[in-house]
Amino acid sequence: MSEEEKKDYAESPINLEYHYTAGSATTRFLNQVKEGKIVGQSCPKCSAVYVPPRGSCPRCGVATNIEVPLTDKGCIESFTIVHIPIPGNPIVPPYVCAMIRLDGANISFLHLIQGIDVEEIRIGMRIQAVWKPKDEWTHSLENIKWFTPIDEPDVDVATLRFQES
Amino acid sequence: MSDQKDLLRAPFELAYNYKRSSGPLMSKFFDALAEQKILGTKSSTGKVYAPAAEFDPETHESLSDLVEVGPGGVIESFSWIEEPKHHHLIKNPFAFALIKLDGADTSMLHMVTECDEEDLKIGSRVTANWSATIENRITDIKFFTLEK
Amino acid sequence: MRKVAIVGYAQHPILENAGALNEVELIMPVVHQLFDELGISQNNIDFTCSGSCDYLQGAAFAFVEGLSAIQTNPPIKESHVEMDAAWAMYESMLKIQMGDADTALIYGFGKSSPGRLDSIISLQMDPYYISPLWPDRVSLAAIQARVLLEKNIITPEQMITAVIEARTNSKNNKNALVTELVDKEAYLASENISSPLNEFDCPPISDGSSAMIIASEEKAYEFTDHPIFIEGIDHRIESSNIGSRDLSKPSGILASIEQLKLEKIKFDVAELHTQFSHEVPYLQSVLNLSDVPTNLSGGPLVGNVMMCAGLDAIGKTYESLKSHDFTNGLAHASSGPCLQHNMLVHLEKKS
Repeated sequence: MSEEEKKDYAESPINLEYHYTAGSATTRFLNQVKEGKIVGQSCPKCSAVYVPPRGSCPRCGVATNIEVPLTDKGCIESFTIVHIPIPGNPIVPPYVCAMIRLDGANISFLHLIQGIDVEEIRIGMRIQAVWKPKDEWTHSLENIKWFTPIDEPDVDVATLRFQES
Repeated sequence: MSDQKDLLRAPFELAYNYKRSSGPLMSKFFDALAEQKILGTKSSTGKVYAPAAEFDPETHESLSDLVEVGPGGVIESFSWIEEPKHHHLIKNPFAFALIKLDGADTSMLHMVTECDEEDLKIGSRVTANWSATIENRITDIKFFTLEK
Repeated sequence: MRKVAIVGYAQHPILENAGALNEVELIMPVVHQLFDELGISQNNIDFTCSGSCDYLQGAAFAFVEGLSAIQTNPPIKESHVEMDAAWAMYESMLKIQMGDADTALIYGFGKSSPGRLDSIISLQMDPYYISPLWPDRVSLAAIQARVLLEKNIITPEQMITAVIEARTNSKNNKNALVTELVDKEAYLASENISSPLNEFDCPPISDGSSAMIIASEEKAYEFTDHPIFIEGIDHRIESSNIGSRDLSKPSGILASIEQLKLEKIKFDVAELHTQFSHEVPYLQSVLNLSDVPTNLSGGPLVGNVMMCAGLDAIGKTYESLKSHDFTNGLAHASSGPCLQHNMLVHLEKKS
C-alpha cells in the first residue's frame, strides 16, 4: 500500500465489554465438566444426544431435558491439519483439530488431537480424552488437554449418522 | 430457571481494529481537520451540509462542492451529562450537542465541555478545540467550548 | 391484495437479567405457548422470520443459534431481520400477500443485560462522524427531548404524566418488568442521566422474547373466529444524517398518516414504541391520539426488550382489540436514534 493510499484509511477501533451468562443447559453441562464428567442432553422427542448441549433439539425445537452421562471415548469424525500459526494461539503448528464424536452422542465437537504423527491421523480413528491434573479443572472443556488415539479398531463413521425414527 | 447464584458468568471483550476508508469526499474533510479547518458541502439549492455530506438527503444529488465552515457555531440542542460513564470520551461533565457551524445549514453532533450546565442554552455560541494528535478522525476536533 | 391477520401473540415475562436462560431457552417457551394455544406445530407454519441484534449477544451470526428454538427438521423456509421483530412481521406479511405462504411465525428476542447497551447502540450511528464520539442512546434521545420542550411542542408536565401513567398501566401487563408506582415528587427528585432526561424518563434494561403468528384471511378463520386484520402498514425512514433532520417535525410519520389515511379512522386503542417519556406526548400529538387510550400495557417505559418492543406494541394492540369491545387499533414501532424509523400498523377487528 502506498503512502497516499494509507492516508485514506483511518483507525476505527471498536471495543465492547460483555458479561456472558451461560444459561441453564450450558451451566448444567459445565458444572459436570468441572467434576471431570461429560454429560450430554437428549431430546425427549427424537432421542438425539447433544454434547455440548445448548438446551434445545434444533431438529424438534424442544428442550433437551434428559441428562445422558457419556464416557470420554469416541472417534474422529473429521479433522484438519493446521500448518499456519494463528496470532495469539500458543499451539505450535502443525497440529490437528478434529471433530470428536463421543460414544453415544449424535453430534461432534471440535478439539485437539495429540500423541500421534499427524500423517497417521484418519477418520474413524478411536480416541480418548487426556485430562489436565484434577486441581486445574475449571468450568471449561479446556479441562481436556487433547484427545489421543487408543488401541481399538476404527469405526465406520457412516454408521454414526443419526437414524430417523 | 436455575438459581441465579449458581449461574456461570464470564466477562469477555469484543474488539475489532477496523480501518475505515473515508472515500474521496470525506477524506478531504478529514485532511482539512489536520489544518484545523472544518468543511461542509454545498448542494445545488445552496444548502450547506456540515460535516461534509456525500449526498443531499432532500434532493438526493451527490455533493462535491466543498466550503469551509466554522470553527464557531451555535448550539441547536444538547444533552448534559453530569456524571460521564465508562464509554464517554470526556471524563468531566459535558454535553452532547448539535452544533450549527457558521456558514452551515445543518448541525454536527459533537461534545461541549469546560462549562456548567447552566451556561449552556440553545443558541449559545461555541467554538472548536483541537486535539494535539491528528488521527484523521472526527475526534481530531477534541470538543467545543463556549466562545469567550 | 390478500388480507393478512394476526391469530396469536405470546410474550415472555420481561426480566432485568435473564442470565439463567440462554437465547434459545428464552425463545422456546413463547413459541410453544403459541403452538399450544392454536393447537398447531411448526409443520403448520409456511414461513418463519425473526428479529434480533447480534451485537447484543456479541457474537457474529448469533441469530442463527436462535433457530435452534424451533423445529427445523424437515427443513423450513426462514429469514431474519437485524431489526426489531416488528419488521420481521412486515416481511412475513409481504410473503403472505405475495402468495408464497399462508402462515408465518415471527419471533423476536433480546438480552440487553450481558453487554453495555449504551455502547452497543452507539455503533448503529454513522461510523465516520458520529460513532467515534460514542453518543449513548439516552443522550441522543435527550437532544430531541430538549428541542421539543424548547419549542413547547411538549411540556415537562406531559413527560411526568407519561411516566406516572406507564407505571399505573403496568398493572394491565402481567409481563411488565417495572411495576412500582411513582409520584411527581419522586420523579422531580430523580437525578438526570442525560439532561433533560432522568432515570424515570428512560426504559429499563430488559431481557425477553415474543412471538406472533399471522395468516392469510382464509387460513386465519381456521385458527380463530375473530382474527385481527392488518388493515394498513407503512414504514418510513428519516435521514441518517441526524444534524440535517428537524427533530421537531416527524416527516416520516406524517407521510405514513397520509398513506394510511389515518385521519379518517377512529381508533379505540394505541400502543406506541415510545422508549423515552417525551416521545409519548410527542407521538400522541402527531398521531392525534389525545382521546385514545394509549399504551395500556405501560409500553416500553415498563419493559423494553430490544428487538421485541416494536413487535410487542403490535402484539399488545392485538390483545387489546381481542379482549375489549374495540374495533380499530394503532400500533407503532420505531428504530434508530430520535425516532428515525417509524412503522405504523392499523389493526382492525371484524364484527
